[in-house]
Amino acid sequence: MIAAPVTAADWLVVAPVLVPIVCGAILLMIRHNVRWHALVAVAALLAMAAANVALLTRVLGEGPVSMTMGSWLPPFGISFTVDALGAMFSLTASFVALACCAYSVLDIDVTGRRYGFYPFLLLMMAGVSGAFLTGDMFNLYVWFEVFLISSFGLLILGSEKPQIDGATKYAILNLVGTTLFLIATGYLYGTFGTLNMADLAARVGQADAAAPLTTLASLFLLAFCMKAAAFPVNFWLPASYHTPPVITGALFGGLLTKVGIYALLRTMLTIFAVERAELAGVIGWIAAATMLVGALGALAQSDIRRISGFLVISGVGVMLAGIALGTERGLSGTIFYAVHSMVSLSALYLLGGLMRQRGGSFSLHSLSGLYTASPFLTLLAMVISLAVAGLPPGSGLWPKVMLVKAALDGGAWPLAMAVLLSGFLATIALGRVFILAFWRTDTVAAGGRPADAPAQAAASRLGVATITLLALAMVGMGVMPEPFVRAATAAASGLIDTSAYVQAVFPPGGGQ
Amino acid sequence: MESVFAILVGLFFAAGIYLMLSRHIIRILLGVSLFGNAVNLLIFTNGRLMREIPPVIAEGLDVPAGAVANPLPQALILTAIVISFSFFAFLLVLAYRAYQEIGTDDTDGMRIAEPADDGLPPMGY
Repeated sequence: MIAAPVTAADWLVVAPVLVPIVCGAILLMIRHNVRWHALVAVAALLAMAAANVALLTRVLGEGPVSMTMGSWLPPFGISFTVDALGAMFSLTASFVALACCAYSVLDIDVTGRRYGFYPFLLLMMAGVSGAFLTGDMFNLYVWFEVFLISSFGLLILGSEKPQIDGATKYAILNLVGTTLFLIATGYLYGTFGTLNMADLAARVGQADAAAPLTTLASLFLLAFCMKAAAFPVNFWLPASYHTPPVITGALFGGLLTKVGIYALLRTMLTIFAVERAELAGVIGWIAAATMLVGALGALAQSDIRRISGFLVISGVGVMLAGIALGTERGLSGTIFYAVHSMVSLSALYLLGGLMRQRGGSFSLHSLSGLYTASPFLTLLAMVISLAVAGLPPGSGLWPKVMLVKAALDGGAWPLAMAVLLSGFLATIALGRVFILAFWRTDTVAAGGRPADAPAQAAASRLGVATITLLALAMVGMGVMPEPFVRAATAAASGLIDTSAYVQAVFPPGGGQ
Repeated sequence: MESVFAILVGLFFAAGIYLMLSRHIIRILLGVSLFGNAVNLLIFTNGRLMREIPPVIAEGLDVPAGAVANPLPQALILTAIVISFSFFAFLLVLAYRAYQEIGTDDTDGMRIAEPADDGLPPMGY
């Protein structure tokens, strides 16, 4: 047992989870005072982002930090263990959620608030941060369920027919996916007798030689690919992400698939490094197929939200490429790309919302003349499109450069080709959106634009401000990539060499 | 003992997956429920089965004297049961709402979010 109380500095490890849970609970208590909701949510997300900044600074300076709850020494107590990977993802997630929350302040109406948009948002963020920060496999499963149930709530808010239809498929398939995760966790416990990730990382070599570890790794691969929407288990994503309000789509498209990628990185590198090398070929083909299916799907859509959905899938394929390669450069490319993808795909969804406000539709058939209507929005659209497609000066360029370089170094030229080809197809898909919606001037929408009510004009200004912030972040990552590359490399080397991660949980000499 | 349970778990999985392959939402949900219970049994079996030796540490000792039943799988299963039960309840309500709104529980007929006649984007500029 641990006798000494947890030091104040170590509470930082759980702060990004604690703050949104407590604030979400407060919002549930005051759910009839809808005036306070947005204020509390923005304050909570600001506090969460601040805690994440402090946490990342500390982790980059001192290496992984761990906190074990309930006075039980690990591996018996549940540990929260944060390394550079978890802290980076958690910080980016809270930044994106803050931007989405700012966008939502004037976008979510009173009915949406009364039905609990903000409590769901905060509880989902608690689940997402918990998944990024926890150091225990079963605890990871619990955080998956926390953000899943909150995301169900967000998805059906409004109860339109398409939402109910999309949510049914989303809910069933994600539940099956997490159940597969639980099956794999059960076998993991049966094999190693522990679920603490650091303990597992330390014991990988000691498993019974007859233990079916590759099968187990494949089960984890399937479960997390389902969560990340990788081919061939990706069909739930484009069926559901375009149905809720764009703000929900932005949160889901930006954050939730990356939790799947994070979990894959954690299990495949920290625990199943040997089995990952055996499965590398399979993961590589999955990655290439996911990239191309996503990009080709985006080409065939006329609804801009569905185009965004398919581009999310394409990005998941790019991230899987680094996991297939497994080298330090490949993994840091994946990690950097995940950070970029959280920011840029949320921005893409929000951009769709603004295009709808200005142009009156989500369909490429009727959107037109937005360049005349709003030159600044056109500029933002261009920055976001370049970033998502992976062209300079956007943030997508450098991680793709790293991944292509890593693939060529490893002799995996089909993978490098797939990354480049999917980027090319995404450029065509987004370029067409740009030409049709912004440059075309002929069709109905130019005259049929809805008159701007004052409230809508304010909402639109706030939306533009939010997207400007996200676009600045993207250009910043694209123009000054060094700090991000350095942090991603630190995260990747922490995944490959797990000794620091293990030592954070089990200090040499017993500790505590 | 474990092998008998392993076969039982396999039967649960088979029945659950068979039901989930159906086109009807209600059968899929029953399959999901069976699937969840199969996992609970699986975790229980994975903790190794040991009868009638409670994991209680006698007074004056720090560790149990001999082999005892493993209490941890029960904690894991309890958590999983609570979660899967609440999800199942939510999914039942959702499926019922979907049936009310869309008028069918046949997944082939549920094409509201992705209409079959959702045409191609404009081909010219």
